[in-house]
Amino acid sequence: MQYFIQQLINGLTLGSIYGLIAIGYTMVYGIIGMINFAHGDIFMIGAFTALIVFLILVSIFATMNVALFLLVMMIVAMLLTGLYNWVIEKVAYRPLRGSFRLAPLITAIGMSIALSNFVQVTQGPRNKPIPPMVSQVYNVGGVSISLKQIIIAVITAALLAIFWYVVNKTSLGRAQRACEQDRKMAALLGIDVDRTISITFIMGAALAAVAGTMFLMYYGVVVFSDGFVPGVKAFTAAVLGGIGSIPGAVIGGLLIGFIESMWSAYFSIDYKDVAAFSILAIVLIFLPSGILGRPEVEKV
Amino acid sequence: MAEAVSTPSRAEVANPFANAFRQAIYAGLVSFGLFVLFIGLKTDQNIRNELVVVQRWGLLALVVAVTMVGRFIFVAFVQPALERRKAAKVVTTTQVAAPGFIRRNFNPIAITLLFIYPVAMVLLFGFQGSLKWVDNFGIQILIYVMLAWGLNIVVGLAGLLDLGYVAFYAVGAYAYALLGTHFGWSFWILLPAAGIMAAFWGVILGFPVLRLRGDYLAIVTLAFGEIIRLVLINWREVTNGSAGISGIPKVSFFGLMSFNVSDPTYISKVLGIAQSGAYYKIFLYYLILLLALLTAFVTIRLRRMPVGRAWEALREDEIACRSLGINTTTTKLTAFATGAMFGGFAGSFFAARQGFVSPESFVFLESAMVLAIVVLGGMGSLTGIAVAAVVMIGGTEALREMQFLKYIFGPDFTPELYRMLLFGCAMVLVMVWKPRGFVGSREPTAFLHERKAISASFTKEGHG
Repeated sequence: MQYFIQQLINGLTLGSIYGLIAIGYTMVYGIIGMINFAHGDIFMIGAFTALIVFLILVSIFATMNVALFLLVMMIVAMLLTGLYNWVIEKVAYRPLRGSFRLAPLITAIGMSIALSNFVQVTQGPRNKPIPPMVSQVYNVGGVSISLKQIIIAVITAALLAIFWYVVNKTSLGRAQRACEQDRKMAALLGIDVDRTISITFIMGAALAAVAGTMFLMYYGVVVFSDGFVPGVKAFTAAVLGGIGSIPGAVIGGLLIGFIESMWSAYFSIDYKDVAAFSILAIVLIFLPSGILGRPEVEKV
Repeated sequence: MAEAVSTPSRAEVANPFANAFRQAIYAGLVSFGLFVLFIGLKTDQNIRNELVVVQRWGLLALVVAVTMVGRFIFVAFVQPALERRKAAKVVTTTQVAAPGFIRRNFNPIAITLLFIYPVAMVLLFGFQGSLKWVDNFGIQILIYVMLAWGLNIVVGLAGLLDLGYVAFYAVGAYAYALLGTHFGWSFWILLPAAGIMAAFWGVILGFPVLRLRGDYLAIVTLAFGEIIRLVLINWREVTNGSAGISGIPKVSFFGLMSFNVSDPTYISKVLGIAQSGAYYKIFLYYLILLLALLTAFVTIRLRRMPVGRAWEALREDEIACRSLGINTTTTKLTAFATGAMFGGFAGSFFAARQGFVSPESFVFLESAMVLAIVVLGGMGSLTGIAVAAVVMIGGTEALREMQFLKYIFGPDFTPELYRMLLFGCAMVLVMVWKPRGFVGSREPTAFLHERKAISASFTKEGHG
């Protein structure tokens, strides 16, 4: 039982990271109906930015102040990663809006290749390990919970609350939901659709950047190719929860995190990615609208 | 669409250079923001194996300056020129000049050139010198041409987006590698066997995904491709894991001559000529050329058969297709299986050429590259796809050869590193510039009375 709870906690941590990335997928899909294939690499850019900021901070300050460091890393990563996604949307997706449906998917794949190779070329292909930032571990009834895991859970919950507020209570969120329902009508009613889409991309990237920062803190290592697999898993999470639905993305992320840690614990760690990919296939085939998604009505 | 043609404001018309200058400043700021951490600083390991940041402000300044100058030139000179050309195009009636001799006979000329290419290389560089040109450029490009033509059946004709095509390539390669090394079967038996096996897998993977459409289908095929790769890595008893399978037998010249030096039927002993590794490469070149031409031939013939017509109908409108009584299930499955079969052929050829296979060769990137070639070539157009393969694969291979860049950027500069970066950027740029690909027309093969070109703007695709 303790082992099970331990895995549950590990899964929750992993799932929070997937959930944060999945929100970016689900929002972009909701608003312009495309799979932002480069989103996984945006997450990697976020993690790398956090890494570089961490190294700068270490060289400036002699002692490590964890709270300050994490905060600065997160804010810089959010800003820079947002800038990246903003530029990508402007360069690669906006000119193709209204083109045939595969076109933006192709540019997204191109962007994903370009981003990971850009980091490989500029930062080198090797693993980038950092010294552990947080190492306290608490023991609660035989289950060990590390401070890292608590930080991740708290930050994720706080961000989701802010995010929920923005999407549901502000005029920006209203504009986003309007664009999601009918872009043309929203434009006719005076919503700046281009701007709303840009902001959606920036918001998605900022969440991915936070996920990247926490990924770096949790695992202590990042490499240029780290975007692909978490990206696909987060996409799986978005689909599992019902693409287009933000709470669905979080639930999907947590589920994928649980399944992955349980699979690694009870079956085989070698095949854990196979499990994630199989879930993706099974969900898409048997439950294409996900847990919270609306079934897509086909218009002729 | 939301973004209409914006009329230039008065300030822009009055002073285009001021506008260009402002745009350049913006671009500079953005590129500074993007690159300040990634180019300005580099994470590196010091002697104690700790990560430290190395500063590279000069390089950053250079990149930002290049962006600014580029943006300035684009806004000040290129954009007005493009607009003028567009305006000129509207005024003059589109008079298409009669296609010249080369244009009219492009395909026969290209095929003839492909057949004499290795001979010309041998004459120019000798047997040893021709190796690089025949192997790195010729065979490499032709493998991708064949893969792209195979994928074209699925994506270009049937309109099903397949991101896991490399799985079938892997099935073909491992089929030849395993059966060839364990049982010593000949390539000529295993080539069709690998094709059939890949087609079988195409049906198995195709069957569950038939209900899906568009990008969901794409993602599921991606998942299948990754699952096959992960199984290849982890099923060590059979596939030898990441270490791969080596010592895969070479192809023989239809059993008459062999390319192993130790064999009694070695080609130079039979024909009485000097030993050289180039014979095998030249033989492989013709082999893959013939395989690729077979793919093209089958595609062209299939397009005229009911099943080919059904594929194209499916691509244009699935609902109309179904209401006209076409069985969409079998139509999709045949497309998947046929495409997979050619992937399997290419895979077994790949295994024979390398003499070694490992899961490393079948990553998602390969699928993405093949798909990029199909889309950039203009889906459905065989000539366009071949041109795209030459440009994309030949271009990235040519980058390896550009040693003169070392004199410009210093001796540490390795052009190969930039291969995939440039490939990704090229994918984006070509797509934005020409969303319909290099050869963008999609003419229907079946028509009533007269052939009418479908204007791109009237059709949508990719949701099949």
